[in-house]
Amino acid sequence: MSEAPSTNPLLFRHAVHQADAPALHVSGLTVSYGGRPALESVSLDMKAGERVAVVGPNGAGKTTLFKAIAGLVQPDAGEVRVFGHPPRRHACIAYLVQRSAVDWRFPVTVRDVVLMGRTREIGLFRRPRATDLAFVDRCIEQVGLTPLAHRQIGELSGGQQQRMFIARALAQEAELMLLDEPFNGLDHQTEHELLALLETLAGRGVAILVATHDLDVAATHFDRVLLLNRRVIACDTPKQVFSADRLTATFGHHARTIRLADGMVFVSDSCCGGGAP
Amino acid sequence: MSDWATFLVEPLHYAFMTRALAAVVLVGVVCAVLGAFVILRGMAFLGDALSHAILPGVAAGYLVHGGARGPLFWWALGAALVSAFGIGAIARGGRLREDTAIGIIFAGMFALGIALVSTTRSYAVDVTHILFGNVLSVSATDLWRIGGFGALALGLVALLYKELLALTFDPILAATLRLPVRLLHNLLLALLALAVVLALQAVGVALVIALLVTPAATASLVTRRLPAMMACGAGIAAASGVVGIYLSYYAGVAPGPAIVLVCSLCFILAFALTRGRR
Repeated sequence: MSEAPSTNPLLFRHAVHQADAPALHVSGLTVSYGGRPALESVSLDMKAGERVAVVGPNGAGKTTLFKAIAGLVQPDAGEVRVFGHPPRRHACIAYLVQRSAVDWRFPVTVRDVVLMGRTREIGLFRRPRATDLAFVDRCIEQVGLTPLAHRQIGELSGGQQQRMFIARALAQEAELMLLDEPFNGLDHQTEHELLALLETLAGRGVAILVATHDLDVAATHFDRVLLLNRRVIACDTPKQVFSADRLTATFGHHARTIRLADGMVFVSDSCCGGGAP
Repeated sequence: MSDWATFLVEPLHYAFMTRALAAVVLVGVVCAVLGAFVILRGMAFLGDALSHAILPGVAAGYLVHGGARGPLFWWALGAALVSAFGIGAIARGGRLREDTAIGIIFAGMFALGIALVSTTRSYAVDVTHILFGNVLSVSATDLWRIGGFGALALGLVALLYKELLALTFDPILAATLRLPVRLLHNLLLALLALAVVLALQAVGVALVIALLVTPAATASLVTRRLPAMMACGAGIAAASGVVGIYLSYYAGVAPGPAIVLVCSLCFILAFALTRGRR
């Protein structure tokens, strides 16, 4: 079970998941860029099938947290364990970047992009087998994009683009999905379709971590909410987390809070209106 | 024989012309395929820098071995590789942006090359040939070298196609799939250096960037998938090479610029015809 960890990708062997280990275990995670701390002593545990929303202002370290969990940045201190092993031992972590970071003119179809998720599974120097293509088509079907499978990716709407990346995560057989601001630029209807899809995935045991500015969505569609502002301000059920004191600690004066009768608070994030589309 | 047939066949009576035609087709195909990665990854400036940075290699090879072409190839490739990985080393720490690093290496290497060439007696002629190519002087050995290394480059792209595609489209995906990202990136740089050196004799260091960027960019306007874009770019580059050589034969234009001008014309046509799409 505990082979010597290898960071050499050529010698990579996928770590065997420990049955009793949490999907994600982060403890004391500290990351800094050129001496400037981006995350300080962050801890978080997630079970399989759990949905956690990460909420915080711009520069709170949400993207840094995701990159550290995916094993893309080296922490200064603390540890990340995914199913009991360091993230670099896994190819089961899907990181869905913000849509604004993607080149939508790129000459690929939806099917090409989803097939990319199986690059490692197909293996070096090999071409995709019929079984890989069939698997990819099933993934596309699960997110409802079959009629658009052969479209160039720039022809998709925002919600379809997001679903395509979820299909790619499915093709990757991801068990931990990190979604960075997936609701940016989506209309209400599309947002709800995406939330329903995430709920289905969670039902199948996928652990889902979502960074979002949308406090309303975080409060209503997630098991827990992590309030982050370089440090963890709170990490609990939405009802516990969304108290006026804690929100003010996270957002400072950017958040306007109004206490409602049932103990929840109404919030508007006046700082960062959702980021780029 | 009809006039057209005579027009087309006459230059083929000269062995140097058939060799030149074969060379531009081979070089065009290799450059267009790698050029697809160049434009998709935004490496145009790097490609231009690499092509200029091989000048000191060529000059040093020239000074050490006289006119022999075999060693010249290795000297040029060495200079291109040193430049590519030098740029990577300067940019890696994050203290300087990559384009800054490219500018520094580009200018330094080019100046070194000009300085070396300026010590020779036939300075003007040598510099012109290196800057703008001399495809009519391609020998049978040159042609075999271009064919062999070109096939090697294309073969590696074919073997690693899906990995290179994933890395180019989404480096974060490539990293989370734990693909050998660094190795693939360096391989792509090495192949780019190789393409630049192969194209040297055809169009010269000053115009290599046109073969890397223009046919691939033209193809990107009219295709929707990467394999089609590579094939289309290769076709455009090969055809431009052939037309450019004929233009050179009949109009007395230097072949390197003639080839590049045909590439540019293809691009302008495609750009105008696809206006309003996407």
